[in-house]
Amino acid sequence: MSDARSAILDTIRRELARDPDLSAAHLAEAPDSAYERIPREYERVGTLDHEAVLELFYDRLRDYDSELIFTDEAGIADAVLKAMSEADESLLLVPAGIPDAWLPLAGIELRRDTDLPLIPLEEPRTVLTGCTVCVAMSGTVMLEHGAEQGRRAATLLPDHHLCIIRKDQVVETLAEAFARITHRTAPITTIAGPSATSDIEMTRIRGVHGPRRLTAIIL
Amino acid sequence: MSIRVGHTADKASFPILAHTILKDDQTRRNVRHATDVIRAKRALRVEEMPDWEQLRTSGHAIKTHTLEHLPYYLEVFEKNCIAAGGQVHWARDADEANAIAIKLIRAAAAKVEPEKTKPEVIKVKTMTSDEIGMNAALEREGIIPWETDLADMIVQMGKDEPSHIVVPALHKNRHQVRELFLENMGLTELGTEAADLAAAARMYLRKKFLEVEIGVSGANFAIAETGSVCVVESEGNGRMCVTMPKTLITLIGIEKVIPKFQDLEVFLQLLPRSATGERMNPYNSIWTGTTAGDGPQEFHVILLDNGRTRMLANTRERETLNCIRCGACLNACPVYRETGGHAYGSIYSGPIGAILSPQLNGMEHSRSLPYASSLCGACYEVCPVKINIPETLIHLRGRIVEADQKTLAGKLSQENLGMKMAAHLFEHPRQYEAAQRLARTGQGLFEKDGKLVNLPGMAAGWTQFRDLRALPDQTFREWWKKRKSKTEANA
Repeated sequence: MSDARSAILDTIRRELARDPDLSAAHLAEAPDSAYERIPREYERVGTLDHEAVLELFYDRLRDYDSELIFTDEAGIADAVLKAMSEADESLLLVPAGIPDAWLPLAGIELRRDTDLPLIPLEEPRTVLTGCTVCVAMSGTVMLEHGAEQGRRAATLLPDHHLCIIRKDQVVETLAEAFARITHRTAPITTIAGPSATSDIEMTRIRGVHGPRRLTAIIL
Repeated sequence: MSIRVGHTADKASFPILAHTILKDDQTRRNVRHATDVIRAKRALRVEEMPDWEQLRTSGHAIKTHTLEHLPYYLEVFEKNCIAAGGQVHWARDADEANAIAIKLIRAAAAKVEPEKTKPEVIKVKTMTSDEIGMNAALEREGIIPWETDLADMIVQMGKDEPSHIVVPALHKNRHQVRELFLENMGLTELGTEAADLAAAARMYLRKKFLEVEIGVSGANFAIAETGSVCVVESEGNGRMCVTMPKTLITLIGIEKVIPKFQDLEVFLQLLPRSATGERMNPYNSIWTGTTAGDGPQEFHVILLDNGRTRMLANTRERETLNCIRCGACLNACPVYRETGGHAYGSIYSGPIGAILSPQLNGMEHSRSLPYASSLCGACYEVCPVKINIPETLIHLRGRIVEADQKTLAGKLSQENLGMKMAAHLFEHPRQYEAAQRLARTGQGLFEKDGKLVNLPGMAAGWTQFRDLRALPDQTFREWWKKRKSKTEANA
């Protein structure tokens, strides 16, 4: 369909050139230099100190029904065990890059995602991952699906997502968060609370197809 | 070229469709309730943003800039998408896009599930696919499309049409949805709470997500700089459709391209707050071409024109393409809130539909839509990318009148003759005064309690529903003249 391609591009050029409000000089300007003139007076960088940013983040997470557990690096395995036993879960999906120190030694069964086929991948009700960065203002967790974060299907099929968040991964604004995404062409998923819908009578209901529970384990 | 917006070509005009809907109390109650709820939530979430106006300004500027350099950004997007393992197709119109999709689906199905006679695809909500009538086109070819967005599924099961661009089944309440689910999901028992219905949808679709090997999506944003695509959603069905299948086909209107990755920081603040009144929607998926070991290994983009280039030659019209489909203008519109979406005869309803549909379709199919507005300006106030919808409505009305005046029927129409006569009278004061005197004498036939009722001809359209005050016994000019001569006499 290369004729469709050139037809569309030609039509766009021809139509833009017909607009009396757009000068030829304007259309001929390098887009990259015109782009620089786009006004950006919105707040790209936050104004709060980090403690306040964290408080805001916790508040936003709770507001959208996420659960929070506070611990430290050494307490991760216990926190995982606690979150799972409270939810009556016993089989944990473990993406390839998860450090062994995060995993409980006993009490639950581990299933490591070594390119698992669909059926065994879908079976565990719980998955454990890290994250890349979090946005306090909107209560959003971002995954680049690198090492500690698993492939996309791994955080999608289980019903309960346990996410390890280090305090220094939390920033105030969305712009600050995107600046921390370094693998911009990797698959990226942003998560704000559990799966939800408001399609029926505009009532927000937790949980349709994605995980119905999100537990943030804060270090 | 066959440009198509829903089934607009066969639809009656807005006043006729609206008339039927206005008699449907249930639909009106549902629409009123839903729009009330979203409006209140949006207001709350916009209120807490000190830089909302600055974000709107940037959103408008980014879109304006992109459209002015559209060929450049489309080519950059194409290059980067291909470099990342995607394949890019171009479609001038609906038929071309559907033909490409069908060919890709057939080829993918032959590869992954050759034993299946009827290939299946899972779809995540895409208005663009509704615009080109994709489901009907696929079904004609023996391909089964499964809508996976809860509201789209409700619309599909009910053989209905979307009535809102964000919440397409907003005209149905939960009892009506329950009936549909019972009928279509083979269930014997089902609760009436929204949560029961969502749980039923989860059970019903999970098997499809695991089994169907081909996905179809739309895109909220296509990022030129990286060749990435972004899909904004809430339920997780979007993540499923862009992650689980082996082949993914993404249909993207050419106006959806944005220059850079960092521009998402503007739109992903504007869109969720405007659309559903959330600080952030539960999920966004951003992906670039294909990724080894993660998600579809075959990825196709179809870049669609279908009438969009018709809006490029005029700055006022081009602004329509700024739209990020948040639906805030629908929820704010006093007309939409009475009629709901079906009165617009197009899948794009409300104020944005009233300017988008006629321009995509050509005026001949949607010429009543630019008049389906009181020009109150509420839509412009809430638009996150500052589309001046009222100005555009007036501009389009002007185009309709201009086109009519070129035809013989238009020249001889009551409206045109009336306007001509009015223009003449306004230029000739004596004749104007004579006409006033004549009207004052003539109006006696229609006057009742100082109001004119049941006027004949074109004026009937006005007096049928509205009060029109009768002309007073004395006009201002007459009073002024009398006053002047009196003052002079006194002097």
